[in-house]
Amino acid sequence: MSSIFIFPGVGKTSLVVRYIGKMFSKHISPTIGASFFTCNINLDNARVKLQVWDTAGQERFRSMAPMYYRNANAALLVFDITSATSFTAIKGWVKELQSNVPEAMVLSVVGNKSDLESLRAVPYSDAAQYAATIGAAYTETSALHDQGIDQVFLNTATSLLKLSSSNLVSSLRSYDSADGDTDRIPTGKPSEEDATHTGKVELPAWRIDNIAHGEMQRSMCC
Amino acid sequence: MASTSKDNAPISVQDENTPDELEPGACPESILNPTDSFEEFASEMSSSLQERNALTTKSSTISEIQSEIGEEKDAQMKTTKSADDLQSKDGSISASASSSNLTEENGDDTDNAPENYLHSPELINKEKHVFILSSAGKPIYSRYGNEDKLAGLCGVIQALVSVVEEQNQDILRSITTKDCKAVFLVKGPLILVAVSKSNESETQLVLQLTYAFNQIVSVLTLTQLNRIFEQRRNYDLRRLLSGAERLIDHLLIFMEKDPAFLLGAVRCLPLPEKARENITNAITTTCHKIRDLVFAIMIAGNQLITLVRMKKYTLHPSDIHLLFNLVRSSESFKTAESWTPICLPKFDATGFLHGHVSYIAEDCQACLLLLTVQRDAFFPLSQAKHTIAEKMRRSNCLVAINDALNRHRDLPTTNPLKHIGIPEIRHFMYKCKSTAQLFTSDPISLDRLQDYRMRHKEGGDIVEKPIKKLSDIDYVRNYRQFCSQIHCTSIPAKLIFRSNAQDTILAWVTNGFELYVTFDALMEKDQAIKAVDRLLWWIKKEEQRIFIMNAPTF
Repeated sequence: MSSIFIFPGVGKTSLVVRYIGKMFSKHISPTIGASFFTCNINLDNARVKLQVWDTAGQERFRSMAPMYYRNANAALLVFDITSATSFTAIKGWVKELQSNVPEAMVLSVVGNKSDLESLRAVPYSDAAQYAATIGAAYTETSALHDQGIDQVFLNTATSLLKLSSSNLVSSLRSYDSADGDTDRIPTGKPSEEDATHTGKVELPAWRIDNIAHGEMQRSMCC
Repeated sequence: MASTSKDNAPISVQDENTPDELEPGACPESILNPTDSFEEFASEMSSSLQERNALTTKSSTISEIQSEIGEEKDAQMKTTKSADDLQSKDGSISASASSSNLTEENGDDTDNAPENYLHSPELINKEKHVFILSSAGKPIYSRYGNEDKLAGLCGVIQALVSVVEEQNQDILRSITTKDCKAVFLVKGPLILVAVSKSNESETQLVLQLTYAFNQIVSVLTLTQLNRIFEQRRNYDLRRLLSGAERLIDHLLIFMEKDPAFLLGAVRCLPLPEKARENITNAITTTCHKIRDLVFAIMIAGNQLITLVRMKKYTLHPSDIHLLFNLVRSSESFKTAESWTPICLPKFDATGFLHGHVSYIAEDCQACLLLLTVQRDAFFPLSQAKHTIAEKMRRSNCLVAINDALNRHRDLPTTNPLKHIGIPEIRHFMYKCKSTAQLFTSDPISLDRLQDYRMRHKEGGDIVEKPIKKLSDIDYVRNYRQFCSQIHCTSIPAKLIFRSNAQDTILAWVTNGFELYVTFDALMEKDQAIKAVDRLLWWIKKEEQRIFIMNAPTF
């Protein structure tokens, strides 16, 4: 279980829709409440099933948040690199998560809209530094150009796997069967999709030092 | 040319043709609460200042349901209830953040002097403006333009309202000029104003403002709205409404186009009786064990497919309209299952229901809403949805829904006028009063609404266009004045027959139904009566298909 936060308009839904649906739409309307997605990620020796809450960023949904993060094992904190306010907001959320979620949690800071480099308001080093202080990975993504998003989910899955094997977390279920037919909730289309989406070129927009965990395996995404 | 005839009306029509049968569409029990909104608005409009200020909050239906469901959950519920307050204790983080965001936005182009702005192309020549402000005079919403730049105007509105209240101990209801009506509605801590050059009556405008108010309540709950302004009279409500402006935008367009609002009724998706039964069964058999579920509603294209409810509770058409509007305006529901708080103001304005909202399948644009009082019920409801979808697919319901949505040409309801075979009838709309359901000859299709929205990006400009062929929307516009004569509280008309060189319009209200028909020009009365007879006969014959004739419960 994983949750995505935080600020309205930073592109959380675009990010998830890009990852799950492999598409980008300029016309995504603000999320109402929260949307729920599931996806399976194949790692070297295991298959991780992520259940993702894509939460609304608007202030009026603020108090709904505990409902989504209470049982979460990971959180993607998404901000918009062109908005300093959205970056500041993340820090508040981290505090809230740290004080309200008793179990260990995989945190990951994501700077979205990296395609708008010219409008950047949050320096890369600031964000990376902050991420390091809370023990989180920092990745910059572009939902528009599909850059870095696979890494975010892959990193999260890898870290979750580590976390579950360390047995620190009781709520994180791991199953022995590596074939992973543990789906109880029928999923949409994810994992059925061919692993070979041709024609996609990863530009080196993300830097090597942002990969905090695990190995990058381009061919394995759901 | 107009004759409002009560005396020479052919009152015998009903006796001759439908002797002891029920009127088309009527059934013993209704899923919808048929209370006419019109009476309500009449009382709204005649209430005194004292009555209005004493805004009585009704007891909460939601807590009633919660307490019925079981005492064992009581403790849990209490915490739920308090946690439902969207203004959480630690909301200050994001609050401060978003307020700074607002000032950012405010900061840009202040070069436009305010008086010039009122004459800018964004604002002039619009058919109808709607402004919403707080009783302290802070702008909250403007249909056109940027409400930030309208602070001056809002100040004037607030002054007008409060001068009448304080000095005259009276309520400002409307101002009429030669070509324009301004209608004022004060509701709780908000002031809503419509400035219209359309042919809508004052009551119809008040109705629209009330809908806009209910839309805000639906997002925040009345409790929260009142409390915010009790605590801080100067609060900038836009902070909490961000992202919801578009709901009001869409609602205002929707209300101008769809006669469902004019008549306070809900349109159903015409479906074979068997198909609707299968859909309802799929829902009841799956959900009867889910105790907290209050309503299961399936809709497609602003039309109701089915509604299954908890015993004792019904929904008001205006709450369903808000749900239609929510689903229509939220593309994000299409991509995934959503879980969202929804307040239905007529059902219970004080609290939220929690809604699981999702489309049935990629290949079927029917949307299922499962509304519960339990905020943690997402997973069981998600499971239920998948079961329902599967059952529906197996019983071929998806095909039936798609055929109806795509207006398959073999269906009698696709082109009713052709099927009825009365060439003189150009358009009609029929409301069954006891069930608050509606059928019109030319269901306004979604695509056209969408087109309208795209064409009128800024939208709403008054244009003089040569009339070639009337669209269904134009017919509805024409019915407005007849509708307001029929719903007029002082001397309501029972039957109106107006014939002129453009067309002939008949509006007829009985205890059981309301009927509005547009005929060819210069139609004779007795001819029109014969045609109406056949029309009613046809509606009766097709009633199982075009109306929901039962009121299923879990």
